[in-house]
Amino acid sequence: MIKIAQLSCGTEYSGVQAEIEKAASIVGAKMVAPDVDLKDIDAAVEEFGFSPSSPQLRMMIARAVQLAHGRYDADAVFIASCFRCAEGALVRNEVRRYVQNHTRLPVVTYSFTERTKSGQLLTRMEALVTIVTRKDLLARERQVGLTVGIDSGSTTTKAMVVRDNEVIGKYWLPTGEVIASAEDALEKALAEAGVKLSEVEAIGVTGYGRFIIGKKLKAKLVQEELTVNSKGAVWLADRQKGEATIIDIGGMDNKAITVRDGIPDNFTMGGICAGASGRFLEIVAKRLKVDITELGKLADAGDYRKINMNSYCSIFGIQDLVTSLAEGNSIEDVASAACHSVAEQIYEQQLQEIDIRQPVIQVGGTSLISGMVTAMKDILGQEPIVPKNSQYIGSAGAALLASGFLEG
Amino acid sequence: MPPNSLILFDLVERFGHEPLSAMKAIAERVTDLEIDSPPINVTSEDVKKGLKYAGIEVPSGIRGRLALWGPLIDEAEAAIVMEDAPYYFGCVGCHRTNEMVKYLLRKKGIPILEIPYPTNEEEAKLMVTKIKEFLEGLK
Repeated sequence: MIKIAQLSCGTEYSGVQAEIEKAASIVGAKMVAPDVDLKDIDAAVEEFGFSPSSPQLRMMIARAVQLAHGRYDADAVFIASCFRCAEGALVRNEVRRYVQNHTRLPVVTYSFTERTKSGQLLTRMEALVTIVTRKDLLARERQVGLTVGIDSGSTTTKAMVVRDNEVIGKYWLPTGEVIASAEDALEKALAEAGVKLSEVEAIGVTGYGRFIIGKKLKAKLVQEELTVNSKGAVWLADRQKGEATIIDIGGMDNKAITVRDGIPDNFTMGGICAGASGRFLEIVAKRLKVDITELGKLADAGDYRKINMNSYCSIFGIQDLVTSLAEGNSIEDVASAACHSVAEQIYEQQLQEIDIRQPVIQVGGTSLISGMVTAMKDILGQEPIVPKNSQYIGSAGAALLASGFLEG
Repeated sequence: MPPNSLILFDLVERFGHEPLSAMKAIAERVTDLEIDSPPINVTSEDVKKGLKYAGIEVPSGIRGRLALWGPLIDEAEAAIVMEDAPYYFGCVGCHRTNEMVKYLLRKKGIPILEIPYPTNEEEAKLMVTKIKEFLEGLK
């Protein structure tokens, strides 16, 4: 049983404690609270250096100190506080830094509302468990044999065929019916590779549809996309050693992950707002009557500063863009503003929950939109690495990790 | 305030008044088998009820707490607020909630006694004397 230390404030009074525990138990983990002696709380707060007024936040700090000093044994850490609580947000972030500086435990942070359900926490909990239980597998740097990876994403389904660390076939298509889309992508990728399914030694599956596809295709690896995409990203970017930050902006959600030697140690996921995803860019492309593949080039030719965007929302943001067009602004400027809107929201939300480490690897479907890469570069002040096949990180990671199940 | 103060609870009863306490409100919840939201059976519905006392912008943990303490404040005819109590004296964990509870009590215009937590025997005697005077004055 994997022990996930819970450092939190407000979960029981928000009615979400049971949801947190449910998510953990589904993935074979158990939430635990590091023991703290009441008389030690003030001393822990003093050592930590940040003195919040709320007793429960002080307790949260004291629990973090227990972990840091090795007085309590846990496998991973879940840090959470109420959404919109300023004091909670300050402590949450500093506790996360403190735990990362003093331990090698994987950490995830979360700000919850009363609407938080176990389903929203599942991927995060599963990733924590994967990092703990599959360290050896995640340490794999080379793909061996003939394996296939399938990434059943919310927007697109990708398949990749890899032989002896070389990509020999790949295919992607919009996700429709989950299994049919996966089978279609697999068939086309195998055709490009010139191999039969019977020759494939192992299949790895990730993404939203991983369970149903994994069962159907008898996959050796069925794993959440946080760890799989991380591996795929560092493998494709050839950044397997040392530290890196992966920014994965997909069709519907987004992820920011820090890795050390290819293994995630802190990650955050979006999924609250479509305005921070590729979906927003799709809507913009539709409104501009251009193909999504042309949006990046348009954005690079435009100037986002000419557009007044008052909202990141994929509805009200579009309204701002439409208003700008009506005022005579060019579609290039509008495309540039749309890319900046997504990049800014990623920066303001996801990237505040992690400490960015160099290099930054930008992946996911939106990394093919050059204007999105430019926008991220403007905001980060540095050029992100966009590896070849950057939209295939999930299937690449799944193919790589699935080869870990082969004998020898 | 604070919620677990057995001393205050006992004193209030002893002087012929009815103590309204957080521990009583929580006890009702945790013994109600109809609800299953451990550890204290606050549900998302409760957090919505907390909107009566604080707006939607307010963190869920505060609204959940106010869903418990709010009805007690509504019912209260007097209040004793103890400041700077140690952890084991009982706390609801959130300083913002404490601020809001005190504000709601003051806004209600009921008699309030605000006293610091005693740190020695002398102060403890003084505290009991003040509470006694306050409670007797309510009759």
